[in-house]
Amino acid sequence: MIEFANLTKRYGKFAAVDNLTLSVKPQEAVALWGVNGAGKTTAIKCLLGLLRFDGQITVGGCDVRRQGRAARQLIGYVPQELAFYKEMTTVDMAQFYARLKGAPAARIAPVLAQVGLGEQGGKRVGALSGGMKQRLALALALLGDPPVLVMDEPTSNLDTAARSQLLHLLLEVKRGGKTIIFSSHRIEEVETLADRVAVMEHGRLQFTCTAGELARRVGLRTQVKFLVPGSQLDQALAILQGAGLQARRNGVGVIVDVAHGEKARPIHTLGRANIEVTDFELE
Amino acid sequence: MNVAIIWTLAQKELGDALRNRWFLLYTIAFAGLALALSYMSLAGAGIAGFAGFGRTAASLINLVLLIIPLMALTVGAQSLAHEQEQGTLAYLLAQPVTRPEVFLGKYLGLALSLLASLGLGFGVAGVVLALSNGSGSPGAYASLMVQTFLLSLTMLSVGFLISALTKRAGVAVGIGLFLWLAFVFLGDLGLMGTAITMRLPVDQLLWLSLLNPLQVFKMASILDINATLDLLGPAGIYAMQEYGDRLRPVFLGLTLAWIALPALAAYVRFHLRGDL
Repeated sequence: MIEFANLTKRYGKFAAVDNLTLSVKPQEAVALWGVNGAGKTTAIKCLLGLLRFDGQITVGGCDVRRQGRAARQLIGYVPQELAFYKEMTTVDMAQFYARLKGAPAARIAPVLAQVGLGEQGGKRVGALSGGMKQRLALALALLGDPPVLVMDEPTSNLDTAARSQLLHLLLEVKRGGKTIIFSSHRIEEVETLADRVAVMEHGRLQFTCTAGELARRVGLRTQVKFLVPGSQLDQALAILQGAGLQARRNGVGVIVDVAHGEKARPIHTLGRANIEVTDFELE
Repeated sequence: MNVAIIWTLAQKELGDALRNRWFLLYTIAFAGLALALSYMSLAGAGIAGFAGFGRTAASLINLVLLIIPLMALTVGAQSLAHEQEQGTLAYLLAQPVTRPEVFLGKYLGLALSLLASLGLGFGVAGVVLALSNGSGSPGAYASLMVQTFLLSLTMLSVGFLISALTKRAGVAVGIGLFLWLAFVFLGDLGLMGTAITMRLPVDQLLWLSLLNPLQVFKMASILDINATLDLLGPAGIYAMQEYGDRLRPVFLGLTLAWIALPALAAYVRFHLRGDL
C-alpha cells in the first residue's frame, strides 16, 4: 500500500533520511521507531509531499511527487503539533476540510461522534483541550474515509488519560481495516498499535521487527525508583545487586535499571527477602 | 486545477479577513474618512463650484493613496508567511490540494475581501452623495472605485511576493510597511531629487514616475475625473501632448503588469519552494 524506495532527504551534506526502503502492506500498521532526529518525521513529511526528496514514494500505486493529490486523497494525516485555525468552530473546521477532501457533509456528524466530539461542534477550536484537539485531528483525518492513516507522534503532547483515550480510538480505527504508518518513541503506543516496527537511527533503517520484539531488540530499559524503610536501605541495595540487578542508592530510595517487561522483578526480589516496598515510581 | 477547492479556500480567506481586527480597522477608517470627504465636498459646493461626485472623487484620490496600499500590502504580506509560521500551511498542503490551488484560493479570497472593504467605503460615501443630490459624474466616481480596486490588487500582489520570500509574518509585514513608505513618500521625494540633481528631461521624468504603481493610479484617476493631466505640471502636459488618448491603455497596461508580475513571481517562489 505504501512503498518507500531509496528515500533520501538531505539538508546540505546532512542526510535526515538516508536510503530508506520500506514497504507497508494493506491493513498493516507500521511504526517508525527512533529517538528525536532519527528521521521519522522527515520520512512522513516526504510521504505527504511537504519536502523535496530523492528516491520514490508511492501510496496505493500513486507517485507522491507526480500524483500528489491522488496520493494524498488516500491519506488521512494526524500531525504531531496541532496547527489549526483557532477561531473556527469544530464543525466549521470539519466542513472546511470535508470540502477540501471532497467528503460528503453528512459524514461530519458521525465522525465527530466517533471521536467523542459530538457535543463540541459549536466550540471554538482554540478553546478545546489538548486531547480534544488531537481527537479532532483524528476526526479530520477520517473525514474522507481514506484507506491510509499517517500519524506523526500522535500522543506525544497528551497527558496519560488523553493518551489512553486516543490509543483506544486508534485501535478501533485499526480494527476497521486502515493501513497505518506512524512515528513514535513510546513503547506502549507501538505495542498497542503496530504490527511491525521499523527502527531508524541517524536517518537510516536499522532493522524491522514485530512490536513484541522491539523492546528486546533495541535493549529498551527503564529506571525504577523504589522506596523501602530507611533501616533496610543498605540491605535492599545488597540484595538487588546480589540478584544481578543494576541498582544504586538515591537519597531515601534505590534506583534500579531494568529491562522492559521486568519492572516487577525488583519488587519480587525484595519481597522474598521480607523487605517491604512502600512506593515506587518510573524515572 | 479544482475550482471548487479554490473557491473553498477563497471563502475561508474572506471569512478570516472579516475577522481580522487590522483589516476591520482599515475598512472602518477608510469608510469613515470617505464619508467625511463626501460631506466636506457637499459643504463646499457653493464656494468651489466643483461639488458632489467629482469633488469627492478628487479628494478620495489622496485618501486612497495613503490607506489602500497600506491595507493591501499588510494583508498580502501576512498571507503565506503567517500560515507557514503557524504550521497551518503544511497541514493544508498535506490535504488533497495542490500548491496552485492554495495560492489562487488565498489570492482570490483576499482580493474579494479588499473589494468588500472598498465597496463599503465608496458605497457609504456614494449613498450620501446620491441622497444629497450631489452634482458631478457618478461615472467618474465609479471609475475611481475600479482604479482603486486595481491599485489594491497591485499592492496585494507585491504583498504576496514579500510573503512568499519570507518565513516570518512579522518580517513580511515590516518589509510591507517599508515598501508602503517607499511607494507613498520616498518614491516622490526620490523622483524629485533625481529630477533636480540630474536635470532629467520631462519624458524621462514621466516614465520614471510611471514605475511607481501609485503614480500610475494617480494619473489614471485624474485623467478620468479631469480629462487632462495639465494640473500635474510639465510632465502631465507632456504626457497629454505626446500620448493623448493612448495614455489610458498605457496606464491600464502598467497597472495590470504590476498586478500580474509580482503575483507570478510570488506563485513561482511558492510553487518551487520545496520544503515546508
